[in-house]
Amino acid sequence: MEFQFTERETAFEAEVEKFLKAALPEDWPEHARQWPGGYGALEPESKEAKKIAGEFNQKLVEKGWTTISWPKAFGGKAYSNMEQAIFDERMSYYHAPAFSIATGIAGPTILKFGTDENKQDWLPKIANKEIEMWLGYSEPNAGSDLAGIQTTAVRDGDAYIINGQKTWSTKAHTADCAWLIARTDPQGHRHKSISLFVVDNQTPGITIRPLNNILGIHSFNEVFFDNVRVPRRNLIGQENMGFYYLMTALDFERLMVGVGAFKRGLERLTGFVRQAERDGSPLGRNAAVRQRLADIAVRIEVAYLFFWRTASMLDKGLVPSVESSALKLVTTELSRKLADVYMEVLGPYGQLLRDEDGAPFNGLAPRGYLDCISATIGAGTSEIQRNIISMRGLGLPAR
Amino acid sequence: MDFELTKEQKIIRSSAREFLRKECPVSLMRELKDDPNGYDPALWRKMADLGWHGIMIPEACNGMGGSFLDLAILLEAMGEVCCPGPFFSSIVMGATSILRAGSDAQKQNLLPRLASGELICSMALTEPGNWYGLDNIHTRLDPDGDGFILNGNKLFVENAHISDLILCVAGSEEAVAGGGLSLALVDRKNPGVRCTPLETLSFEKHCRVVFDNVRIPRENILGAFGAAGKTAEYLLEVGAVGKCAEMVGGIGAVFEKTVSHAKNRKQFGKSIGSFQAVQHHCANMEVDVDGARFLTYQAAWKIAKGIPAAMDASMAKAWTSEAARRVTALGHQIHGAISFCEEHDMHLFYRKAKACETAFGDGGFHLEKIAGNLVS
Repeated sequence: MEFQFTERETAFEAEVEKFLKAALPEDWPEHARQWPGGYGALEPESKEAKKIAGEFNQKLVEKGWTTISWPKAFGGKAYSNMEQAIFDERMSYYHAPAFSIATGIAGPTILKFGTDENKQDWLPKIANKEIEMWLGYSEPNAGSDLAGIQTTAVRDGDAYIINGQKTWSTKAHTADCAWLIARTDPQGHRHKSISLFVVDNQTPGITIRPLNNILGIHSFNEVFFDNVRVPRRNLIGQENMGFYYLMTALDFERLMVGVGAFKRGLERLTGFVRQAERDGSPLGRNAAVRQRLADIAVRIEVAYLFFWRTASMLDKGLVPSVESSALKLVTTELSRKLADVYMEVLGPYGQLLRDEDGAPFNGLAPRGYLDCISATIGAGTSEIQRNIISMRGLGLPAR
Repeated sequence: MDFELTKEQKIIRSSAREFLRKECPVSLMRELKDDPNGYDPALWRKMADLGWHGIMIPEACNGMGGSFLDLAILLEAMGEVCCPGPFFSSIVMGATSILRAGSDAQKQNLLPRLASGELICSMALTEPGNWYGLDNIHTRLDPDGDGFILNGNKLFVENAHISDLILCVAGSEEAVAGGGLSLALVDRKNPGVRCTPLETLSFEKHCRVVFDNVRIPRENILGAFGAAGKTAEYLLEVGAVGKCAEMVGGIGAVFEKTVSHAKNRKQFGKSIGSFQAVQHHCANMEVDVDGARFLTYQAAWKIAKGIPAAMDASMAKAWTSEAARRVTALGHQIHGAISFCEEHDMHLFYRKAKACETAFGDGGFHLEKIAGNLVS
């Protein structure tokens, strides 16, 4: 048992911290109004913020930090999962615009399962941030039951013809390619008939329709595929193995919980409580407020411990399945809890959205209160996580 | 970061479990619940012979030279079987206080006797009207000639009636005027010491203790007179984490028994563990138990390393206290009606969890300490 970083890890953490302080303006969290654990707000909207985000990503590329855990043969640094976790923790603490489907999910999956052709085609572009991807998983009739997808990909010479519809397709309108699953064997076993593709958004037959989220932000889309012709070489790995790749790829996504953002969120709220008054008395003396803040602090510590445990397991070559479900469960439930506490502490002022109306935190709290709804639903609902823990982890029988 | 026990720690745990399964099944707790002494002297000696009492005591004082983390592993194993007896009060509180604040003479005199199981200790802290902390201590230790005189009333002194020594937290006239607390080792057989057993929900053997003009020789003061506040705070921290370790064991056992029951119990022609409502209860228990275990071992690891651990201890105690309540209640829920019958074990864990929660501060008390750190 060991509850501290190694010297190398401590030094890396300090390096990441130093980089972030230099690469992002101090008031960056004001621009990046993300809610910890929420899926809705995502990228900053203003031109200035977009420019900063673009420059930041270029600096990551120059540092070689888009691919720190990739093998050296593919331009990575071959860092451990713990170092990847430390990196993600610091990035999320500073609300850095470093989240990427391409580097976080597609790259590692191609490294593990891709053909040589796949690796040549995609890895350099991903590492250099030349392409970004959107996840083409969910469909109108396949949400929690992902293996029920109906989108088809039919072989036709040296291509596949894709037909169907995807939904909740975050950033499909700004990304370059879809990281998409489609059924390649309609007669096959539901888990063994799905294949994984990279599909260029510019391919004829793709229609993207915006879906505004609860915050009024265009983050989601519905994407329609009408006889979309995809080169055969865009199939990732082997045919009909897509669902298996996707489940295994969860390994790479397990640490993508943005745990640092929770700590930052609590720090901002305690900073407010320290200087605010309620009916003429210091808010920091209010017993109920004190209990709420402390309760959040404990939950954040638990989330951190689950986070480090998952990284530590990956480094030992163990496959955290139940553990990562527990991590997803505690962080996203915490997203809701944190929003509740922000709103309770701010009382009626928590409803205000605009700075000029005197909104605390420039309206972060009410936006978080809306965005946190997505946390326990997206990427596997809390109920699905509990199913995984109880059935896969505890061995409780299926119905 | 490493969340797994080392090889040596795994050996401590597996041998402790094996021993306890044979010598101290949960049924022993039930057998001893109405026993006035509340422990089995033969088992007590066997545990001492295995080196458990001396696990943290240096080898020079006939101990094993281990750490608080090793002790926490033992406490977790003992929690798994609701192990009754004065181990916690004698070793976690008694040995720790002497290790932390004792003079060389006190260490040489007392530690070997604690390690051998010869001495039983208890700690007298809580008083009528005082809550969980060190505020509002009215028991007085006043200088008198070349010694001191102790007067006061204490509550929830676990195992006082069978103790050789009672470690008493007391103030003094100077303390009232802003001076500090003192720790006195009181010979329980002194005629001025009166112990009256209290009946409590957990079957732990708590006493009311009255100190009536008890003469305390100077060599029985632990640390400096009037300057033991910091030591007392440290003891509360260690006590809180120790109780967490017991609770982690208790709720770990409840969790295991409950999942197993959910698999085996059939209703509507199916195992009840196939019902999603039951499955989700079990998943929530898993999160509670793991969270409690990690927070507890993080705090224990820091204490063992001598790293300041006040916040870690409070986080562990706040979460584990509430997790223990949730997990034991769900254990009852899933076991159904048999669980609220005396013959079933579940209520022993439910009772014990409550007793552990109220020892050294409950969730709310520790959340307030954390808030003090966050907000000031």
